Amino acid sequence: MDLQIALLLGQDGIVNGAIYALLSLALVLVFAVTRVIFIPQGEFVAYGALTLASLQAGQAPGTLWLLLGLGVAVTAIDAPHAWRQGSRQLAGLVARQLVYPLVMIGLVFGAAGAAPKDWPLLLQVLLALAVVVPLGPQLYRVAFQPIAEAPVLILLIVAVALHLALVGLGLLFFGAEGSRTPAFSEAAFEVGGLTITGQSLWVVGASAVLIVALYIFFGRSLYGKALRATAINRSGARLMGISTTLAGKLTFLLAAAIGALSGILIAPITTIYYDTGFLVGLKGFVGAIIGGLVSYPVAAAGALLVGLLESFSSFYASAFKEVIVFTLIIPVLVWRSLTSRHVEEEE
Amino acid sequence: MNLKLKSLLAVAITAAFAAPVLADINVGVVVSATGPAASLGIPEKNTFALMPTTIGGEKVNFLILDDASDTTTAVKNTRKLLTEDKVDVIVGSTITPNSLAMIDIAAEAETPMISMAASSRIVDTANPKVKWVFKTPQNDIQMSTAIVEHMTSAGVKTVAFIGFADAYGEGWFNEFSKIAEARKLQIVANERYNRADTSVTGQVLKMMAAKPDAVLIAGSGTPAALPQKALKEKGYKGAFYQTHGVANKDFLRVCGKDCEGTFLPAGPVLIAAQLPADNPIKKVALDYVGKYEAAHGKGSTSTFGAHAWDAGLLLANAVPVALKKGKPGSKEFKLALRDALEGLKNITVSHGIVNMSAQDHLGFDQRARVMVKVENGDWKLIQ
Repeated sequence: MDLQIALLLGQDGIVNGAIYALLSLALVLVFAVTRVIFIPQGEFVAYGALTLASLQAGQAPGTLWLLLGLGVAVTAIDAPHAWRQGSRQLAGLVARQLVYPLVMIGLVFGAAGAAPKDWPLLLQVLLALAVVVPLGPQLYRVAFQPIAEAPVLILLIVAVALHLALVGLGLLFFGAEGSRTPAFSEAAFEVGGLTITGQSLWVVGASAVLIVALYIFFGRSLYGKALRATAINRSGARLMGISTTLAGKLTFLLAAAIGALSGILIAPITTIYYDTGFLVGLKGFVGAIIGGLVSYPVAAAGALLVGLLESFSSFYASAFKEVIVFTLIIPVLVWRSLTSRHVEEEE
Repeated sequence: MNLKLKSLLAVAITAAFAAPVLADINVGVVVSATGPAASLGIPEKNTFALMPTTIGGEKVNFLILDDASDTTTAVKNTRKLLTEDKVDVIVGSTITPNSLAMIDIAAEAETPMISMAASSRIVDTANPKVKWVFKTPQNDIQMSTAIVEHMTSAGVKTVAFIGFADAYGEGWFNEFSKIAEARKLQIVANERYNRADTSVTGQVLKMMAAKPDAVLIAGSGTPAALPQKALKEKGYKGAFYQTHGVANKDFLRVCGKDCEGTFLPAGPVLIAAQLPADNPIKKVALDYVGKYEAAHGKGSTSTFGAHAWDAGLLLANAVPVALKKGKPGSKEFKLALRDALEGLKNITVSHGIVNMSAQDHLGFDQRARVMVKVENGDWKLIQ
């Protein structure tokens, strides 16, 4: 191996690692606030990318119907409560859960004058996000809110079930074959014999911006502080008047947004399939485990390490790449169990 | 409810469910319509809906179960079809590991089985149980011979191999390396990647460092486009070869202009319209393509669905012979059907011309493959 190959591999590892880092942050966030190990995190990656791809192909993405279906379900669950709260509450619920999906359906079918196929790329991306991201809080409302106080194991089992359901729906919506989307930027820079594509700069740049934005959100904003408070002590936060339900929904909104955006960022670099998300999410999970599911910076660094390790092992022993990446968990767990005090979870 | 009424009801229910089973020919189908092999299994599943509903004047029922590309499920489904539905013949499964696992069960139940998976091991007559097993897709070895022949005649001396890190890639490497060695073709790199990988930069750099004249990518469906796109992006200028696993429209859509000039071996059904008019396969293949596209839209056919269609054609030719010797549902019928399948001669199917024998339960010759080139975003017959 010469220096140039090492640099190329390093570049590839950092681009992939940036995506894993975003997903590991989302996983840590969801676990800290709701205690859910969010296995379906990866599905948002696939849904985001494939929704964008179907919009560009001039098809109506299946996620649109999922958005409407979940909207109907949430309305049905929440309507009695909202009715008691007053007509304004009910109107808000209907607007969010029924009118919004219908507006999205209208936009996809060309209500804005032109079909999304002919829109500029940025608007297409925004529409794809607008369709996929609300699925996060909707899924929280339907699947996790009723069992918010359940033990971690039950939450994990529900997360696995949700993952399987979403993968199945993905196959139904998008078919078995994959898709790619056009690059955000066709630019390429030559730096010391190394070609850096505009798209890889987009990925690394967007990841960095998101990480900083999350940092500011948690450090400065009221909602961010509320989420942190919930993560540290649920009962204490509730006594201070923070709604754990709102915290849960907000967390899932962020997780879905991070997932969908990651998918949209990598769709021009690689082919995305309905089930790509699981493996990508799992590698983010390895990063999150390195951070002990609590530390954001360590999780992000761990995810970068996963990306680099993956890149270099694909050069040396491509058949064993996944084995090497996932074996990383074992020494990390040993190290963590030796260094950290074991705390029995209070139930 | 008194006891008499209860038992009467029970008899009525049993009769209602059992009645069609006794009179008709029941075909148990196991396909991988979900999971990693879904892109192969879905067109196969769609194809069964297009098949004739009667053979030799008898009604045919297709009982289709999905095995989710999982070997355990394939075995479970096969048992269910054999014991509960009492099927006369099993068709399936889509992929090699599942088909290999199903052989034991079909042989144990003395029921003929027609596999739609590629490996030659499925019909390796060294295993006595293979007496009951037939298959429709070409052997990997036929396809790799075609690739090696094309490479040597094009003056290729060194080749780099990259394939799926699973049975498909491994099987291809074994067959390909054997023939390549015999023909003095040097394999300078041997890499693996996974279907869901998001990057193959490492493998691509290693392959390019070996400076091969040509690259062979052994993958199926759209995932096979990833190494080719990565190689093009890194500036690789040599020739590209793909396997018949990529022969569907989605591959062309995803790979785009990076796949121009790629060579691959395939069943003649892929380019049915380009076959010369005197080729008997043309009519049969076009018939299938026409039926499939009428139901699923233009350009929707894949060679995988055609393997299922061919299984149907084998049955259409074998069942009338077997019907003379036994009633559907009986042990005699199943044995007669097996014998009839083994005795099939000169049957034209969409992938070739079948001549079965006790030693050959595939029955294809070199007419079952053509070399194809990707040109202007479509398949083009060469030779």
